[in-house]
Amino acid sequence: MTAKIVTITSGKGGVGKTTATANISVALAQLGQKVVCIDSDIGLRNLDVVLGLENRIVYDLVDVIEGRCRIRQAMIKDKRFEELYLIPAAQTRDKNAVSPSDMIELCNEIKDDFDWIIIDSPAGIERGFKNAIAAANEVLIITNPDVSAVRDADRIIGIIESEEKGPARLIINRLNSEMVKRGDMLDSEDVLELLAIKLIGIVPEDENVIKSTNIGKPVVTEERSIAGKAFQNIARRMMGDDIPLIDLENKDGILHRLSKIFNTGGE
Amino acid sequence: MSDWFSRFSGKTKSADEAKERLKLVLIHDRTDLTSTALEDMKDELLQVISNHVSIDPSKVKITIMHDGREQRLVADIPLKPFGKR
Ligand SMILES: Nc1ncnc2c1ncn2[C@@H]1O[C@H](COP(=O)(O)OP(=O)(O)OP(=O)(O)O)[C@@H](O)[C@H]1O
Ligand SMILES: [Mg+2]
Repeated sequence: MTAKIVTITSGKGGVGKTTATANISVALAQLGQKVVCIDSDIGLRNLDVVLGLENRIVYDLVDVIEGRCRIRQAMIKDKRFEELYLIPAAQTRDKNAVSPSDMIELCNEIKDDFDWIIIDSPAGIERGFKNAIAAANEVLIITNPDVSAVRDADRIIGIIESEEKGPARLIINRLNSEMVKRGDMLDSEDVLELLAIKLIGIVPEDENVIKSTNIGKPVVTEERSIAGKAFQNIARRMMGDDIPLIDLENKDGILHRLSKIFNTGGE
Repeated sequence: MSDWFSRFSGKTKSADEAKERLKLVLIHDRTDLTSTALEDMKDELLQVISNHVSIDPSKVKITIMHDGREQRLVADIPLKPFGKR
């Protein structure tokens, strides 16, 4: 077994990197995969709260790198899933406590024991971002359908290209289909045309994301959430399944539910 | 309602405007070339070319095209017919 190392990054802050990392990691674990997710946002730790594991932290990423503990001691096991672990970021240190080669070394040490290493990147294009992508075999870029998020995503795509990480794939997050219909939000096709990269999934704007984050229970675990379903689909596409983009990734929840009731949906 | 209104008033949808603006911004971000820099380059190129053949500067088109993520500087420079020089 050799883990695939996937980094989720964005350029612009607040577009959903941590949410996506948590949900994709849980979705992969639900599919029976062995997963470790790493929060590389040093000083702005968040993956722990999104996963609901904040009370179980003893050691963190910087403790591992500086040799205060073994990697296994810093891995928090999520008891709700068979094989899901978190390595939390340090909260009281800065990005310079970690170097790109530290990240490569750390991933090398654990990659034979897992199917997936999923790394949550900080915003920006500086040291923290460089650390986050250093070990990656694949980079997923996440954006929102707005001008600044798309512009920043384009910068990141350019950087990833020059790092020769292989082609990055795109997650479009927080798509509001009502606004798209009114012509007040960029459509997924517009974004793809502008950025000219492959899509791996579209996640609709869904208030369940916020509710589930409130209680530390990622939205993929919610049967009825369309954002949850979208994250599941992304995880399955990462595993190589050919899952078509289905209606629910484009339409809003109410329409989708109606179409299911009347059985007229495209699913 | 707002839909109808914008259609009748001929106003473009805000998303269309976002797309057009982004297109231009991304060209410049990717090439590190501002529109004034592009104009300057055009002038210099025309200067050099007209040292060798005669051209009509008003017919010259120099644009940045893209093919996926690849940017390409495309020049279309019609030459003046030989007899009319
Ligand atoms: N699909 C969605 N629908 C609704 N809310 C969402 C969605 N995705 C993310 N959010 C919300 O957006 C906010 C920012 O998300 P998140 O923290 O994952 O972004 P980030 O990119 O990790 O931010 P940072 O750059 O600060 O690390 C959170 O409040 C999250 O709950
Ligand atoms: Mg984050």
